[in-house]
Amino acid sequence: MTSDILKDAKKLQTSFIPSGNFKESFKEKEHDKNISIQIHERSVEDEITERTFQDVSLCYQCGKCSAGCPVRYYMDIAPNKVVRLIQLGYYEEALNSDTPWLCAGCLACSVRCPKEFDLARFMDAVREIALEKGVEIKQVNILKFHNAFLDQIKNHGRSYEAGLVADYKMKTLDLFQDVDSAPGMFLKGKLILLPHNIKNRKEIKRIFKKTSGKN
Amino acid sequence: MRYGYFPGCSLTSSAKEYDISLRKVTDKLGITFEEINDWSCCGATSAHVTNHKLSAALAMRNIMLAGQQGLDNIIAPCAACYNRLIISQNEVKNHSGIRKETEDLLSVKFEKDLKIINILELFLKSGLNKITEKRKRELSGVKAACYYGCLLVRPAAITKFDDAEQPESMEKIVEATGAYAVDWNYKTECCGAAHSISRRDIVIDLSKKIIDDAIAHGANVLVVACPMCHTNLDMRQRAMKRKYPEHKNFPVLYLTELIGLSLGMDEKDLGIDLHYSNFKYADTLMNNSAKG
Repeated sequence: MTSDILKDAKKLQTSFIPSGNFKESFKEKEHDKNISIQIHERSVEDEITERTFQDVSLCYQCGKCSAGCPVRYYMDIAPNKVVRLIQLGYYEEALNSDTPWLCAGCLACSVRCPKEFDLARFMDAVREIALEKGVEIKQVNILKFHNAFLDQIKNHGRSYEAGLVADYKMKTLDLFQDVDSAPGMFLKGKLILLPHNIKNRKEIKRIFKKTSGKN
Repeated sequence: MRYGYFPGCSLTSSAKEYDISLRKVTDKLGITFEEINDWSCCGATSAHVTNHKLSAALAMRNIMLAGQQGLDNIIAPCAACYNRLIISQNEVKNHSGIRKETEDLLSVKFEKDLKIINILELFLKSGLNKITEKRKRELSGVKAACYYGCLLVRPAAITKFDDAEQPESMEKIVEATGAYAVDWNYKTECCGAAHSISRRDIVIDLSKKIIDDAIAHGANVLVVACPMCHTNLDMRQRAMKRKYPEHKNFPVLYLTELIGLSLGMDEKDLGIDLHYSNFKYADTLMNNSAKG
């Protein structure tokens, strides 16, 4: 029913495109096609709602989240616009954005939202879905850091910073960053060279094994 | 009431001095706690940004262990651990699906309702008058900018502690030590936290803004309660200086270190010499207090 109305609306819209503008009308049709496909599938929006226990349509785009976001300057799309992309069905654009990866999870947006929409939690879900769908993550070093960190926990039960830094450097081949702080940490006896292994590492390994794969 | 202690990974290495000073100060104030046996990482940022089920299970494992140990509360001095523990506990309480999944993962039933306590709550509860009574060192020249960072007071609906925008609890503790707490704007702004290694450029910019605002409001020291904030604000100052040559070394203390100083403890005993900015805290701050 909804899809029919939408299709009619789209037809109406495309019929207004001047006939000479082939490029534009082609774009519009491509877009039209995407929308009709997405409507019939279980949408990314539904996925997000299920995982975060909140309706994405709650957001009415006041932009307060982006106004107070400490990392907005470094993002490709403003945080509220990522929500808008999901609301309108532009899932690929939202999942490809580096905004969720740059989100520092500071929760400023979540506590300020007039609709009590937990945007930080929404960003967690967008990242999870992007990983599951195999989307290429543009902020590759951020992802490599998280993976290096989780590898440490999986193996030792606690994060082990010397191992983390070494693993991260192997993953990114960025060998010279932090050369000023690592020796200092070492000299001050802060960078422990042997991991703290917890006793029940088996349990941690089991948790990792059972939660890997589909969320 | 038996307090459990969840130090978290940072307090065993990069934030050693936070653990050292916390133990020294609580000992002096007569607060006792037991470390949770075989605790593991709370999952931190990396788990919740990539896999929520993993994140809930890693955090809940520690709460479960504390319950089995017969503890009633958990003190989590690291703001990030505190946040992960309390949010995961809340999700498990409110969503039966997550509860069931997490219980299955850990082969346990969550029965005991443990309270997760942050460092500010700990000192507020144990009585600020104890700090004031045992004060030995004059700190009236210390003008502290109390930096909460993001995770200590957010989300207020879950932490049910202080105010998410204009918190005041740390100021009360700082004033109990005899130091002066300045009014400033960046109390709860983020330092970039987990991007410290992967996007150092962002962390340097954000941390610089925080230090600059503290200086602009007349502070002579930043007081923090989170190991990630301390790393970004203290250790990153050398890189900050490279990007912003006008930047001058600024002292950053853990709240527990400031309390320790007021109780007359030695800088070295509190682990302050482990900081990066080589700052003679006691000398400089005490000289300031002499000048008024």
